[in-house]
Amino acid sequence: MVNKFVDNAHEAVVDVFDGATVLVGGFGGAGHPTELLHALIDQGATDLTIVNNNAGNFEVGLAALIKAGRVRKMICSFPKASHSHVFNQMYKEGRIELECVPQGTIAERLHAAGAGIGGFFTRTSYGTDLAKGKEVREIDGEFYVFESPIRGDFALVLAQKGDRWGNLVYRKAARNFGPVMCMAAKTTIVQVKQKVELGELDPENIVTPGIFVNRVVEIPNPQISS
Amino acid sequence: MQRLTRQQMAQRLAKDIAPGSYVNIGIGMPELVANYLDPADEILLHSENGILGMGPSAPENEIDLEMINAGKKPVTLLTGGAFFHHVDSFAIMRGGHLDLCIMGGMQVSSTGDLANWSLGRPGEPPAVGGAMDLAVGAKKVFILMEHNAKDGTPKIVEKCTLPVTGLGVVSRVYTDLAVIESAPQGMQVIEKLVDISDEELQSLTGAVLHFPVAQ
Repeated sequence: MVNKFVDNAHEAVVDVFDGATVLVGGFGGAGHPTELLHALIDQGATDLTIVNNNAGNFEVGLAALIKAGRVRKMICSFPKASHSHVFNQMYKEGRIELECVPQGTIAERLHAAGAGIGGFFTRTSYGTDLAKGKEVREIDGEFYVFESPIRGDFALVLAQKGDRWGNLVYRKAARNFGPVMCMAAKTTIVQVKQKVELGELDPENIVTPGIFVNRVVEIPNPQISS
Repeated sequence: MQRLTRQQMAQRLAKDIAPGSYVNIGIGMPELVANYLDPADEILLHSENGILGMGPSAPENEIDLEMINAGKKPVTLLTGGAFFHHVDSFAIMRGGHLDLCIMGGMQVSSTGDLANWSLGRPGEPPAVGGAMDLAVGAKKVFILMEHNAKDGTPKIVEKCTLPVTGLGVVSRVYTDLAVIESAPQGMQVIEKLVDISDEELQSLTGAVLHFPVAQ
């Protein structure tokens, strides 16, 4: 019997290793897998590369992981926010690396990894500082910049409901990077607000099919740090 | 000469959005434009984090932290609105499906280059968000910005000195003085919005302006 449910967040992240690339879902606070991140802090993995749209808020979730000194490098589009003081301080002190990537390019680089595409050309960032050193190609009279896939060793994602096969649905704008991060990691770990029986999710409405998911843990009332 | 207020600037831009348009509105002053859209026009707003048919800000008793806009502020969804994930959201942007995007600007050059993502200060983390995707992706890019910086420096310039967001991407600039189009011959004044002479408008602008020829 396929059963992707695990008992708790600690069990879910037990094998995250030092130096891993971890994809972390969420846009601001919406979709942020706070409890999985807190379990990862307890677990102790360090020297991590984290991919997230932002760089943490206040001192919970990703910001707490950064504050604990576990993150070597952030790959994100928008590290600056009114509550991102943990990252900003570490960055100022030169204690954390940053790769700033346009938001849609992060999404598509993850998609490429998940879809078996070896990279792609995009018009985004052509002629800007973020395209420096990258291959440029003229296609149909427009200039495009080459971007390579971002593959995760692990993905930590928040969804609304999941069944034991790992089928998922999301809620409102908390969906954001969840579906593509589930595709792009070798091991995808999802916290859901509600476990459901197989068949409870309408097959027409399943957003992430379980093939992209390895572990599901139920966290009924996740903390949202917006 | 009395410059337009931010509200008046937003209102003027809103007048030029065709009914039924799909529009992305950036963070900051562009957000004011939403206040001047007629719901009957069914202008559908896109938010980069995965919303089409975004409604106004959420009232206090309807705040939902999973229902936020690109600026992470609580918003509402219109009847008929939809959610989707980031790959689709940026396919909407990059794939040329949006009729219009409205962004703020730090500088716009005479060839329509846009600088609005970084002041290029050392030690400050660069943060681009979706600005570069929007700049290249939408069918039209309208920039809503003051004509001059707080110290009086022109924001419409021959060549951007700040880090650029995109090259040749700007369609029009709506300022507190004029509506100016980025045209093949350079910056073409479409409409003066205040009582100002051509000479004075030119003197407040860092790029050569082309004025309408009297019929």
